[in-house]
Formats: sequence, C-alpha cells, structure tokens
Amino acid sequence: MGAKTNAVLNILAAAVLGLFLWWAEGHLDGYMIQILNLIAVNIILALSLNLIYGFTGLFSLGHAGFMAIGAYVCSILILAPEQKEMLFILEPAYDWVQSAQAPFFVAVMAGGLTAALFGVLVGIPLLRLGDDYLGMATLGFAEIVRVLAINLPRVTNGALGFKGIPDHANLWWNFGWCLLTLFVVIRLIRSNSGNVFKAIRDDETAAKAMGIDVFRHKLLSFAIGAFFAGVGGALLGSLVATIDPKMFTFVLTFNVLMIVVTGGLGSITGSVLAGIAITVLLEWLRFVENPVYFGDWELPGIPGMRMVVFSLALIFIILFRREGFMGKREFSWGWAAGRFLKKADRHGI
Amino acid sequence: MTGAMFVQHALNGLTLGSLYALIAIGYTMVYGILRLINFAHSEIFMLGAYFVLWGITLLYLPWFVAIVGAILITAAIGILVDRVAYRPLRDAPRISALISAIGVSFFLQNLTIVAFGAIPREVYRPAWLENPILMGEVRVLPLTLFVPALSFLLMLGLVWIVYRTKPGLGMRAISKDIETSYIMGVPVNRIISLTFGIGSALAAASGIMWALRYPQLQPVMGSIPGFKAFIAAVFGGIGSIPGAVVGGIMLGVIEIMAVAFFPDLAGYRDAFAFILLIVILLIKPTGLMGARLEDKV
Repeated sequence: MGAKTNAVLNILAAAVLGLFLWWAEGHLDGYMIQILNLIAVNIILALSLNLIYGFTGLFSLGHAGFMAIGAYVCSILILAPEQKEMLFILEPAYDWVQSAQAPFFVAVMAGGLTAALFGVLVGIPLLRLGDDYLGMATLGFAEIVRVLAINLPRVTNGALGFKGIPDHANLWWNFGWCLLTLFVVIRLIRSNSGNVFKAIRDDETAAKAMGIDVFRHKLLSFAIGAFFAGVGGALLGSLVATIDPKMFTFVLTFNVLMIVVTGGLGSITGSVLAGIAITVLLEWLRFVENPVYFGDWELPGIPGMRMVVFSLALIFIILFRREGFMGKREFSWGWAAGRFLKKADRHGI
Repeated sequence: MTGAMFVQHALNGLTLGSLYALIAIGYTMVYGILRLINFAHSEIFMLGAYFVLWGITLLYLPWFVAIVGAILITAAIGILVDRVAYRPLRDAPRISALISAIGVSFFLQNLTIVAFGAIPREVYRPAWLENPILMGEVRVLPLTLFVPALSFLLMLGLVWIVYRTKPGLGMRAISKDIETSYIMGVPVNRIISLTFGIGSALAAASGIMWALRYPQLQPVMGSIPGFKAFIAAVFGGIGSIPGAVVGGIMLGVIEIMAVAFFPDLAGYRDAFAFILLIVILLIKPTGLMGARLEDKV
C-alpha cells in the first residue's frame, strides 16, 4: 500500500473521529462525554509511558510526578486572578503566580514543557541507572514532587490544591492533543531516533558498542515522554477541575503502567486500544464501589474492589500473557486491507 | 538543645530505625537471592499488624497468641506470594517480576480495604508499655527501649540462621550463583520459600511493633515505611544483611534528628529518604556494605 493511500486513509480516519466527536457533543450525556475525555487523556499518558518504557526500555515510575507538574503549571496559567485570590487562603500566592495568565493551548504547552525540563534535569543524573533502580529512583522523584506540592503553599496552595479550574479541556482539545501525541510518537518511532531507541531497549551494551550515543537518546526519549505526561496531566487538571497533592500518588502511575502493559510494551496500537478498554472498565467498575438499590433493599458498595480487580488483572497478564494483547504488533491499513480482501475472497466476491 | 533532649531524640531514632531495619532485611534477602525488589513487602508489613488486630478483636485471642499467630500467617502469605506471583517469572525479564510485585502490592492493599474498610483503626496498647520511665532527665516510654531490644534479638536469630545453619548456607550459595547452587544439589525453591518466610515474619514483627508505637492502622500504612526500608536497604548495600540493619538504623536516626534540629523541615520529612535514595544511587550505588553487582554481557 503506497504512502499516498495511507495518508488519505489516515486523514479519512481523523475525519470520521471528528464526525463522531461532533455527534457525541450533541447527543451524549455529560457522563459519557467525560468518559470519552478520559479516554483521550489516558491514551496520551499511555503513549508517553510506552515511548519511555516500551520503546526505549527505561523502566520509569515517575509519571505521576510529571503529570503533577503539568497540571499545576497549566492550572496556574488558566485560573483567573480573582479565583486565585479566593483560593490561596493559607498564604497569599507569589506575585508571579498571582499574575501569570495564558490561553489554554499555551498553558498546556507550558505544562508539558516544564515537565520536559524536569525530565531533563532528573534524567541527566538518573538515566545512568539500570532497570529496577531507575524505577525506584523515578518513583522517588514523583514522591518528592508531591511533597514539594504540599510544602510550597505560595505556589500550589499546599494540601488544599486548586478548585474550580476552568473546564477548557473539552472533547476537541483532548482529542486534538491525543492525535498530536499519536502523530509525534509514530513519526518519532519510525525515524532514525526511533530505531536507536529500540536498539537501546533490546541491548544497551550492543548499542553502545555500535557507537550510539546511548545517554543522549535515552534523555531524548525520557524528555519527550515527560512532555506528553505533562500535557496529559494539564488536560486532566482542567478536565476534573480539582487538583491536590493527594491526586498524584503512585496509583496514578500504576493505572498508566497497567494500560501500557495490557496493550503491549512497544505497541502504539496496543496503548490506544488498552487506553479505551481500561478507561471504560475503570468507569464501569465504579458501580461496584457504590451502593446498589433494589427497591428498599440496599446492596452496599465495596470500596477498594476496583483496584482489587485491576491489580489481579495486571498480575494475570504479566503471568500468562507477558507481551500484552498486541505484543509489538501494530495496526496498519495494509494489514486491514489484507484481512478485508481475504474475507472478501472467501465469500467469493 | 539539651543533652537530655538529644538522648531522647537518639532513642526515638533508634526505635524507628530498628523498625526500618527489620523490614529492610526482607528486601535485602530477597534482592540478594532473586535480584527482585519485592514491592509487596510493605503490604506484608501492614498485614502483620492487621492480623494481630483481627486476632484480638474478632477472635478474642490473648495478645501473645495473636502476635505469634499473626507472624506465622504473614510468613505463610509471603511464601504464597512468591509461589503464585514470582516463581512463574523466574526466567522472565527482571522487570516482569517487578511489575507482578507492584500488582501484588496493590492487590493486598485493596483487599485489606475491601475486608476491613479504609478507616484508620485504633490499636489497644498494654498499660505496661504506656507508663514512661524516668532516667535522669530523659523520659522514655518502655516501648522505646523494648522495640530496639527485641529487634536486636530477632536480628541475632537471623544471623544465626544465615551463617550457622544449613539452609542459611543454601541462601548464601544461591545469592552468589543460583544456577550453580541448583546443580550442586541445593533445594533452590525450598530455600527461596524459606527466605520469603523469614523476611515476611520479620516484616510482620516490625508491623506489629509499629502499630504499638504509632497506634493507628490503615491499609496504606505500609507504603511509606516499606519504601523507606527499601531505601535503607539500598543505603546499607542491597544484598547485605548487616548493611540493611545499619542502613535502617541510620535512616531512622537521620530522619528524627533532621526534624529535631530543623523543625522547619518537618513537612519535608517524607522527602528526605527519597533524596537520600537518589544521592546514594548516584554516588555509590552499591551502598555502604554492598558487593558490586556487574551486569554480565
């Protein structure tokens, strides 16, 4: 299948998505739209972790930290000055926090860029570590971000966090960023750098022996991943309208890791499909945690059940299908056409 | 700061540190043998404390029986976790087992929430642990002396097992080279189970004493102490049991002292350990007493 056909089909698919969103905006209720929004954000987050871990082999558990940075930076920029005056009741905000203002797109960009900057700063010392040590150290970084968020009340409003963040993150913004992430990650993976990432993942020593500047490429992958994690965090902040340090615990990283592992490490298609499936499941399982009423009879909700199911699922996947649902395979139009034609063949068309 | 206060803080640090040390031993033993960060270890610590609570409040057991029973059950759970979630992944890439461990950790934590609710529980403390003893100007809770003393005894027992018994010899052999040990007839799987059992029993003991010292039980209570104990193990040199003890005690003392000397930093208390982790990993990843583990090509 030629490059031109592919491009046309991609644009068509984007157009179909656009039509669907346009339809959804008018016809679906707020709850469904919220789920669609969460799907987009989770796909962004999953793609960014997949780039870092699935494609470059850097086991990072610091996603919650980058998301927190993105969410705080973006929220500070889009909250109105009057709102900030009302919010900062513990201690007044610094002047630069109070007066900072930016349109939504710039705010999200700023959130992502700040997260990327932190990614570089943290990556320079930490990316020399291997495997599990890197995981622990990045997890430590995320915890430090959280402790800072609690202890810098003049920037973050301390443990209270922000409320009433303007809900700019609608379907169009979220899916727009989602498509942009998808585009950037795919282009990156197919580029020369992408090949280098995979070489580092598969055998770092061999890559080094081939003369690859391993450290610089690790840093590049880590920083880009951190950027999109920051973007995801920024969108999430605007989407849920409330952020505080308690939100950015390890559970958040766990959810993203769950999506990436389920979909398949090193599969973009996997991350997208698992992003959709797991977001829907996570929402659906909320019912388990809330009480159910049958007339007068009440079946009490079981708090914690959601994560029990999800952690079990993760264990099962890692035990029995370590490569996830997609492995390293990807969807392509050529593959789809092949399937379709074969089917058509069988039916004698 | 007066001398008496200094002694008081030092004792508090020693208490906290010995609790860290007991947990750290479990991390370091498992890492030494399997090169696996047993993420679920902090939940084992939490379960130890919860089982005592259940034993006393639901089954009306005498506290002594409840404690021994809790330690045994927790040890069994530690072994079970290894059998179910780690053993099938022995030949898999190392990170697979780590992800499985993260899954187990979340599973145990949330299962406790499901079974017992997320509301913090008060723990009953026997009166003889409550009345402070006066030593000159220093006021000490009996617990503050009791915890390090008991921890010390447990550690002595552990050292005896590891260095003076046959299973201990097996543990040391496996940590040097698992495949050769297997060929030489060491019952590898049984020794690994034993390691998980011992590590979990020590974590349970630590959890129970933690619950007496800071009498509030929550399903998430294991995360932070567990993480800090892991850091203590890295600090001391992961894989080394004396390292875990020294690392744990030093971390406890540093934490208490830092807050005592710089009260302004109290809010950052939980960040110290993480900063320490990052610094150690960068300057001397082998820790104070660790042997160098080179990646083999």
